[in-house]
Formats: sequence, structure tokens, C-alpha cells
Amino acid sequence: MQAFASHYTYWVTVLLLGAGLYIMIARGNLVKKLVGLSIFQTSVYLLYIAPGKLIGGTAPIVSEAYQVYSNPLPHVLILTAIVVGIATLALGLAIVVRIREAYGSIEEDEIVAADAQAGDGR
Amino acid sequence: MSPAGYIAAALLVPAAGAAGIALAGRWPNLREGVTLATAALLFACVLGLLPTVLGGSLPQLFVLEMLPGIALGFRVEPLGMLFALVASGLWIVNSVYSIGYMRGNDEPHQTRFYVCFALALAATMGIAFSANLLTLFLFYEMLTLVTWPLVTHHGDDEARKGGRVYLGVLLGTSIVLLLPAVIVTWVVAGTLEFTPGGILGGKTSSAALGALLALYMFGVGKAALMPMHRWLPAAMVAPTPVSALLHAVAVVKAGVFAVVKIIVYVFGTGTLAATSASDWLPTVAGFTIIAASVVALRADNLKRRLAYSTVSQLSYVVLAVAILAPLSVIGAALHVAAHAVGKITLFFAAGAIYTAAHKTEVSQLDGIGRRMPWTLGAFAIGALSMIGLPPAAGFVSKWYMLSGALQAEHWVAVAVIAGSTLLNAAYFAPIVYRGFLRAPAGPAHGEAPLPMVIALVATAGATLALFFFPQVPLALAGALQGG
Amino acid sequence: MIAAHLPALAVVVPLAAAPLIVLVRHAGAAWALAVAAAWFSFGASLALAAQVADAGVVSYAMGNWPPPWGIEYRVDALSAFVVVLVSAIGAAVAPYALKSVAAEVPGELRYLYYAMHCLCLAGLLGMAMTGDAFNLFVFMEVASLAMYVLIALGRDRRALLASYQYLLLGTIGATFYVIGVGVLYLQTGTLNIADMAARLPAVAGGRPAPAALAFITAGMSLKLALFPLHLWLPNAYAYAPSAATAFLAATATKVSVYVLLRFHFSVFGESAVTALLPMPEILIALSIAAIVTASLVAVWQADFKRLLAYSSVAQIGYITLGIGLATRDGLTAAVVHLFNHGITKGALFLLAGGIVLRAGGARFENLRGLGRSMPLTALGITLAGLSLIGVPGTAGFISKWYLVLGAIEAGMWWLAALVVLTSLIAVVYVWRFVEAAYLSEPGEAAPRPGEAPMPMLVVSWLMVAACLWFGFDTSFTVGGASRAAQLLLGGAP
Repeated sequence: MQAFASHYTYWVTVLLLGAGLYIMIARGNLVKKLVGLSIFQTSVYLLYIAPGKLIGGTAPIVSEAYQVYSNPLPHVLILTAIVVGIATLALGLAIVVRIREAYGSIEEDEIVAADAQAGDGR
Repeated sequence: MSPAGYIAAALLVPAAGAAGIALAGRWPNLREGVTLATAALLFACVLGLLPTVLGGSLPQLFVLEMLPGIALGFRVEPLGMLFALVASGLWIVNSVYSIGYMRGNDEPHQTRFYVCFALALAATMGIAFSANLLTLFLFYEMLTLVTWPLVTHHGDDEARKGGRVYLGVLLGTSIVLLLPAVIVTWVVAGTLEFTPGGILGGKTSSAALGALLALYMFGVGKAALMPMHRWLPAAMVAPTPVSALLHAVAVVKAGVFAVVKIIVYVFGTGTLAATSASDWLPTVAGFTIIAASVVALRADNLKRRLAYSTVSQLSYVVLAVAILAPLSVIGAALHVAAHAVGKITLFFAAGAIYTAAHKTEVSQLDGIGRRMPWTLGAFAIGALSMIGLPPAAGFVSKWYMLSGALQAEHWVAVAVIAGSTLLNAAYFAPIVYRGFLRAPAGPAHGEAPLPMVIALVATAGATLALFFFPQVPLALAGALQGG
Repeated sequence: MIAAHLPALAVVVPLAAAPLIVLVRHAGAAWALAVAAAWFSFGASLALAAQVADAGVVSYAMGNWPPPWGIEYRVDALSAFVVVLVSAIGAAVAPYALKSVAAEVPGELRYLYYAMHCLCLAGLLGMAMTGDAFNLFVFMEVASLAMYVLIALGRDRRALLASYQYLLLGTIGATFYVIGVGVLYLQTGTLNIADMAARLPAVAGGRPAPAALAFITAGMSLKLALFPLHLWLPNAYAYAPSAATAFLAATATKVSVYVLLRFHFSVFGESAVTALLPMPEILIALSIAAIVTASLVAVWQADFKRLLAYSSVAQIGYITLGIGLATRDGLTAAVVHLFNHGITKGALFLLAGGIVLRAGGARFENLRGLGRSMPLTALGITLAGLSLIGVPGTAGFISKWYLVLGAIEAGMWWLAALVVLTSLIAVVYVWRFVEAAYLSEPGEAAPRPGEAPMPMLVVSWLMVAACLWFGFDTSFTVGGASRAAQLLLGGAP
């Protein structure tokens, strides 16, 4: 119980990771898959950020007055990761828009069926 | 020119010739001129090496290091010299013959045909002069690949099928069996150089040696040891000049040449004689000789009969070298030359009959000798050589083989040689009999175009000449033993 | 002066070229910029490789912040080898792209192709050179995002779906990687790869280390398309613009292999990896499955580009097989095949792009009679196909030689037999092309006689020539690969 309580951020991380992956696999809607992807990536932000926080710590300011401070490096890293995540999400949505233009649908099974149908005629 | 220069020239001349033929493709007369000039030049280059080799030294050429410790290198030893002489000499004759055949039959893609032919000769020279197993393997595979377009020359379904068998068996055996054998040799011996006395002596157990020998013998699919012989009849879909020079001389001789080289220079006859690693080989070779002769006996298609005769004759070489007796190894080397001139004559004759009379089956050949006396006369001489009767070259090599078998008291080999001689006679004699003694049928026709007749008379003459003047081949074969 | 900054310049120049291209917007000028940037990177990489050959390891402190605090660029024998491959392919594909992209990508989007080419090149080079695990992730995503765009530019609408699928799976792979790195960071407190390697043994006892290894391995396996995580690859390669396919097939999966090698051997160390997970067994089993199934699937493809894509999955299997052997010869085989397969598949996809341009597609009915209508293209594909099979005298043979040698020296005879037997499947699918090109009468779908435009043909044939050249002169490839293998196994560089 102690281990559970003191490591609860990890449990949240695992929960988000599992939920995101599940959505990506189980949902046929291309936009929902991207939602799952975002949730999945968010779990990583938490994995990095949470251990960097010291309870009672402050922002890392170089001064005699502040002895206990949070590690700034994970924050910087995750800032980068968030940018990467947003770029991925934006690109993914852009592709979904193009897919809707080309197929008239964003449901995976309908798109696969449309390709299979077109494939016969070729 | 230095000996190394001659080696480089022998490799580069046919390759450059191929480029020249491709460039001259639009003007048939010029193209054929380039072919003939290339063939003559190549023969001159090979001849240039002969005095050096007969003088007892081994000219070398080192090109570059392909893999750490393994060079792309060439060394002309007596057997390679003999093989190169035969192949390049017969290429001249074959080129003359090809001109008659290709034009007489209005074959398509003639430029591609001559280009691939020249490349095949380049690969053959590479095999003949290779200084180590990797170089041999490289040119061995190259020969398979450049002859594939020749086998599938007609481009129809039959050619496609033949090409698949050809490539499947030759590439399959070489990649699956020969390549691992080469790599194992490298691991065991730490070198791949052809060395008199072998490189594997004392390096591994007798059983391992036997397994490795099996990988080599079946891996060299070009030697057509049963059951790896199927490609040779399949290759007969090719135009006859291809069957004549490549599938009676260059490609198949590359196979048995590799076998002899591997047994003499990689294993070493002494090493094999001291262990029981090669005891199975004469049996397999003997079986191939007899079985292929029986198939030939039953084949009605002339080229198919000749192909199975080749399978059987190739195994003579394997058998002779597998006996490991000094005299039989000389016989093996001699047979490389003797079979080459004899079998090319037979194929030339078959092609001439096809061109002049469009006949392909043995049963159609009644009276052909009365209409084409030169052709069938040459055929008869070739057949004599195959059977091993004087005054043809085959007699000399068979004599040595038989002497070797007796010397080694290898009674199975003696029985196989004797039995197969009868079988050879049984499948060649009826053709000559039909051709000369039965009455001709069908529309009248004369001899094939003149270049073809000249070529087949020349090779028939060579078959006789090798019987009366076997000095040069004998000297080379003897030097092979001397190391 | 410039010589000291080569690691940074090789990455920064194409990285800076990308936004410049977006500003220029003109397709011709964009192409010129991309070619200039790619060739600059190639030159810088060659110079860098020469430095590495002299000095052993070139370390560059980005922004003058000393490692392990700053981001270090660390180029050793292995990364130099990969960098040369990637930049060479980038430099070759850029001039080729002009005509190919003009034919396959709509006019207003062409400049984007060149921008993405530069971004992708920068990302891949950065991955291979950086000595920082998180920086590697960033470059991986830069390269991947550019790749998704490149694939989506394909003219077939299925390219969009292929790109989308690759985006999902690629992001999962990258995220797994970054999870693994995060766990390692929490354990060691550093992101510098060399530093991490030094500190890891002290903390390797617990559960986090195997978890990190598993995440990184799974993530990179997805990226490098290790069977059965290869599902994104065939569609992506088949529907992307031809130039993009050639570039990606020759480089993207190879750099991912590099990352896997880096973590397995440099960070964890071979013995530690084996102690944590049965990695050799897993890799060998999956590689065999990849080689056998993907080769067989390739045989039945109706589209030549898809055939080549499945063949890539199989060939990646040969690379990972070498990694699984984890011996000197096995790793040499893996690294040398990384290069040899890169140039071979590059050549094949470049030539296939010529067919797409002339015939409108590369299905087998388009290939009939190609030996007559496009003789140089057909001959080039045949020669590169021989390299795919591993015929002596081609680059592919060298890889196969070391792979069989490695298997035999490890005492795994059955594996050696399997490697040579599966080459025969490659013979079958290469000969499907040869028979279609040379033994079939051209049908309606075949192109009219005429070769691809000259620049495309020249670039393709240069690549074919490289396939042959590296089959004879192996001092660069085998030399580099065996130095890299020695380095990975902990010997002196």
C-alpha cells in the first residue's frame, strides 16, 4: 500500500498509456485514434515530469535563499516533447482531412472497403 | 608482354569484345567481324601463356583484396591452361559455325547472342585461371548468369521452362551447397588458395572431410553429377552453337574443371587417399555414367541424346579423378580436352542437320549421310571419340583412365568404364548406321551453309589430331601431377 | 576551422535549408537548394569519416557546453559509417527527384517535397551523430514527421492511409523509445549516451533496467520494421512518391537499426542485455520469421514496388539476424548489410521510379517487355537484383558471406543453411522481374520505348555501379563494418 501511494504517479502513467493504446487499437474512427495517440503521449510527459518535482521545492533559482528546488531538466525535455506531440497531432489531423477528401469517410473499415472495391477494378 | 599481362588480356579481351559487339550491333557483318577478331585475339593471348606454363612456372596476377585475406587473383596452372586453350580455341571455330547457324535459321536477337557469348568466354577464362576458391566461385556464378539469356534465347514457353530449370539447379546448388562449402573451407583452413597437395590436410576429421567433399561435388552443379544433372538436358532449348560450345565445352568443363581443381588443390589426392572421405564418390560417378547412358539410349531427340551423353562423359572425369591414382588423374585432365573436341563436333553436326533438313529426332535421320556426307562423316568421328576407339582423341584419355583404375585395382571403375563403352556404342552406332545405310526419305537437300561445314570438319580434324599428337595436353596433364 | 564543426554543419545545413525552401516556394529553386544542402552534407560526412578513421572518435560539444551537461555529438566508427550511407543516399536522391517529383507530385506541393527531403536528411543524420539520448528522440521525430509528409505526397489516395498508419505506429515506436530513455534517465541521472553507459552497471540490478531495455527494443523494432512490427512498411513504400521511397527504404530503417545497436551494445553492453532478456534468441527467431514470410509474400506481389517493400522486410531480417548472433562476424554482417542493402534497395527503387514515370505504374503488366522498351533500366534492375540475391561480384554477396561465416563460427549450422536457402526465394522474386522484362511480349500497359529522363537514369546507374563496386572493393564497407563491430563488442575503436 505504501509503495502504491508513494508511486501513484506511475500508476497514472500506466493507466494513461494503456488507455491511449487501447483507443488506438479498438477505435475505427481515425480522429479518435489520434485522440488515443495524444493520451498515450501524455503519459510520457507525466513519467518525466513527476519525478522531477520535489515536495516543498521551488523553481531552480541560483540564490542562497533557495536550497531545495525541482530539477529543471525534465521540464525542458517535456516542453520539447509536447512540441513534438503537437506537431504529430497536427500532421495526423491534416492527413485525416485529406483522407476524408479522398474517401469521403474517416472510418477505417469503410476506407479499407472502398480500397478493396477499387482494387478489383484495377 | 609479361605473363601477367597475358592473363589480364585473356580476361579483358572477351569483355571488351562484348562491348564492341554491342556497339557494332547494327551492322551484322562488322559485328561478326568483331566476334571473330575477339576470338582470335583471345586464343593468341592464351597461347602466349603456353610456353611459360610448359616451362614449369605459374604466371600470376593479383587484382585486389576482395575480403580480408582473400584476393581476387589469378594463377595459371597446367590444368587451367589446358582448359583455357580448349575453350578459347574452340570459340574461334564456334564463331564461324554460329555465323552460319544464326543466319541460316534467321534467329532473332543476334547481337544479344554474340554479346552473351563473349561474356561467357570471359567468365570461362576467369574460372580457368582462378587462383583461389572465391575467384572461381565468382566467375562460376557469372558464367551461369550470362549463359541464361542464351538458354532462353527463343523467349517462348519452352525456353522459359528450360531457363528456370537451368537457373534453378545451377544457382540453387552453388548458393546452397557450394557457397557454404567455400566458407567452411575458409573457417577450417584459413585460406582459399589453390595449393598443390591441398589445404585441408590434417585440419579436420575424416567424416567432416567426407561431408565437405559431398557439399563440393553436388554443389558444383555444372559437373552434372546425378541428381544435379537436370539442367543440362533443359539447356538444350538453346540454339545449337550454345549447346555446342557452352553445354559441351565451356560450362560443363568449368564444372569438371572445378571438381578436379577442388580434389587436387583443395583436398589433395594424398589427403583423400589417406582417409576414407572420398570412397563414395566413384560409386556416384559410376552410377551417373551408366544411368545417363541408359537414358541417352532411350532418347529419340538428337540433342537430348547428346546431352545425356555429356552427363555420362562428365562423370568419367569425376570418376577418374576420384580414383585418386596418378594415371587416372592424367586421364581426367586429358578427357577435358578430348571430350570437348568430340562433343562439339557432334553438336555441330546436329545443328547442321537441323539447319539443312530441319530434323531433330534420331528416327528421322534415315539416309542423311548420303545427302550430308561431310556432316555425318564428322559425326562418326565424334562418336568414335565418345566410345573411345582409335583413331579418336577419346581413346587416349580412356586409356589413361583405365590404366589408372587397374593400377589402383579399383574394379568397380574398371567395370563401369567397360560397360559404359558398350552403352556408348549402342546409342551412337545406330545413328551412323541409319544415316549412311538406310535410304533417304523426304525432300532433297544438301549440306548446311559453308561456315558450318568448315567448322565441323575442323573440329573433327582436331579430334583425330589429338589422337596422333597428344603431346601438349599430355605435358600439361603430367605437370598437373607434378604439382 | 570548418573541419572542427563538421558534425554540426552536416546536420544544420539541411535543417536550415528546409525553412528556406518553404520561404522560396518555387519548385526549381527549392530543388537547387535541396541538392546543394544534400551534397554539402555528403561532403561533410565524408570529411567526418576521414577524421574518425584518423582519430577514432570525434566529439563535438554543441554550443560549447561540455558534455555530459551539454548535448554532445559523438561520431565513432559505427556512426560515421551510417552517416556516410545516409548522406550518400540523400545526395543521390536529391538530383534524381527533379523529374520524378515533377511527374508524381502536383505542382503547388513540389517545394514541400524538397523541404521534407532536407528535414528528413537532417533528422536521420542527427540521429546517427548525436550522443544524447533525448536529442536522438527529437531528431527521430523530425525525420519521422518529414517521412509521413513525404509518403502522404504520393499520388495514389492509398498513400494517405499508408502515411496515417505509419504516423500512428511510428509515434508509438518513438514514444516507447522515449519511455525507455526516461526510465534510464531516472536511474542514471544522465542523458548522455556515453555517460549513461558508464553509470548503468551500478544500477542495473533492479527491475527498471530490463523495463527500459524492453521499451527501447520494442520501440526501435517498430521503427526498423522488425517482423511482426513491419505492417506499416509495405504500403508506405509502395504508395510514396518514387524518390521518397528510394530515400526512405535506403536510410530510415537503417538508422533505426543503428539506434538499436547503440543501445544494445554501447549503453547496456552485450553481456548485460543477454542477462536481462533472452535477446539473441528473440532476435534470431523474429529474423527468421521475417526472412521466410516476407520473402514468400514478396514472391506473390502484383506490384513491383510492393514486392521490393516486402523484400526489404526480409532483408532487415538478415540485418537483425546478424545482430542476434552478437559475434564479431555476425555484427560485421549486420553493419555491412545495413550499407549494402541500403545501396541495393536504393538502386532498385530509383529504377522502379523510372518505370513509374514512363509507364504510369510498376505493376507486373507494366514491366512486360521492359528489356526492349527500357533496356538500361531493365539491366540495372537485374544487376541490383543480383545484389539482392547475393550473387558474388555484388555488394549483397559480401553481406551474405559474413552472415554465413558468423552462423558457422557460432556453430549454428542450421542457421547457415537457412540463410542460403532463403536466398533462393530472392532468386524467385528477382527472376519474376527478369522473365517479365525479357521473356514477355509487351502488353497494353507497357511503356512506349524510351528510357527515363537522363538525370534519373544517371543517378540510378551510379547506385547500380556502387552495388557492383562494393562487391569487389570492400575495404570501405567491410573495413568500416568490422571496426564498428569491434567497437560495439567493446574492443578498441
